[in-house]
Amino acid sequence: MAEKPKIDERFKKFGTVSFTSLTKTNDFVDFLEKGQIVGTRCKDCGRIFFPPRADCFQCLDSHMEWYEVTGSGKLVSFSKLEYGPAGFQADVPYCIALLDYGTLKVFGRIGKDVPDAEIAVGMPMKTVANRLPNGQLNYVFVKA
Amino acid sequence: MSRVAIIGVGQSEFVRAYPGSVRELAFEGFKDAMRDARLTSQDIQASIICSAPEYDKQRSPAGVFAEYLGLNPQPTFYVESLCSSSSMGLRLAYSLVKSGLHEVVAVIGFQKMSEISSAESQERMGRGADIQWESPFGTMMPAYYAMYARAHMAAYGTTLEDLALIRVKAATYGQLNDKAVYRKPVTLENLSHPEDRMAGPVASPLRVGDCCANADGSSCVIVASEEKAKVYCQKPVWILGLGAATTSVNLAGRDLFTGLSVAREASRHAYKMAGIGPQDIDVAEVHDCFTIAEMMAYEDLGFAKPGEGKDLIRSQATYKDGAIPVNVDGGLLSKGHPIGATGGSQIRTIVLQLRGEAGAIQVKNPEIGLVHNIGGVGLYGNVSILGR
Repeated sequence: MAEKPKIDERFKKFGTVSFTSLTKTNDFVDFLEKGQIVGTRCKDCGRIFFPPRADCFQCLDSHMEWYEVTGSGKLVSFSKLEYGPAGFQADVPYCIALLDYGTLKVFGRIGKDVPDAEIAVGMPMKTVANRLPNGQLNYVFVKA
Repeated sequence: MSRVAIIGVGQSEFVRAYPGSVRELAFEGFKDAMRDARLTSQDIQASIICSAPEYDKQRSPAGVFAEYLGLNPQPTFYVESLCSSSSMGLRLAYSLVKSGLHEVVAVIGFQKMSEISSAESQERMGRGADIQWESPFGTMMPAYYAMYARAHMAAYGTTLEDLALIRVKAATYGQLNDKAVYRKPVTLENLSHPEDRMAGPVASPLRVGDCCANADGSSCVIVASEEKAKVYCQKPVWILGLGAATTSVNLAGRDLFTGLSVAREASRHAYKMAGIGPQDIDVAEVHDCFTIAEMMAYEDLGFAKPGEGKDLIRSQATYKDGAIPVNVDGGLLSKGHPIGATGGSQIRTIVLQLRGEAGAIQVKNPEIGLVHNIGGVGLYGNVSILGR
């Protein structure tokens, strides 16, 4: 009997609590381990995607390549949570936020080290890989 | 072209913890609407059951409810678009009736949120967003809407006091609604005093008082063909326009953060179908799951220009005797927000208003009303325009 195929559950490492284990974009987690934030680009039409996706709805095909999100974006908005949903209570307080790079936007958290008083809509920030206290990986926004 | 009518509306009381099962909860709203329409179960040719999943244990509730409500052997099915599920149910009932497939359809919305804790509820609501790329950051509904509030404030100078004024209005009318979960007054001082529970932080800049209350509840809307409506009903309310829209689930895929694109798109369709504009609306129910959501609704629906919604609430134009009364039943903020039941309850309020049967909250002689019902964080938008 053939050996049971091993399940690639790398995506379980993404975020404080991951709700997805199997995805064709699992390599995202490996890039994160190396400190890189990446999205995907359709090799056929050139459309870029962030968050990354495996499939292009325009070309109806799946010829993707990874690209790195570099440079800085502007803070579109943010909110500091004083109350956490189930599974996230140990992280409170934390800020969720959206960064606009012009050609793409990134949703994530603001780094714990950024003082509240310095956070303002429109400020330039960049996205960096981050290891959480529980060993999981995510990315956070820090001052550019 | 034959029209489609609403011939009966009903809802349960919205409560913190309903002391019964989900089928029993559904019965409450159904009974109210069926008595209103003076129908029996045999008159209902199909039913549409609407809720957001994972709050209670019943899978495929449609079949269970159909039996419990005496709706066998007629067909039934389940519809879900999070908090706008029962407005989506209305849209489907309209199409079933308009197509001639059925003449009388019951749209039953329900939610029993009290079976899980508040933190579990926030986690589930958060998973109504992008579970692969956003939920791992610890998202929840108040925080998403808080981001819209922050962007609106930054762009237009909207203040926390403007948002508090919306909460005060909701409480003004919630006190008059015997179906509302929250019937106490709320003052500006409640939301500004650091030690008041209403001013407690949830997700900045939103406070406890900016957020609607979880509730258990059910609603029911009976939809009928013009022919049946004229037989069954003295005061049919006609469905004049329906709009529905979607957008990217992940905020990263959106361009608008000072309003909801789905509300703008859905209202454009609804106004076009009805052949009217925002100036023709006499009374409206909008999806005020958070105070900022009502502020954005004023602007998205065209009651005010972008950034000028605050002028409507400051001048009390959205109070009962104002130019465009909004949520004079207490809204989601005071009436409560049992997800799947909410759209049906909003429709009920507008139908009662148009019939002149709204009692203490009756607006003067309205002819056209609007329901704005949003699912998720502006993921699904439904706008329904009703008229006498």
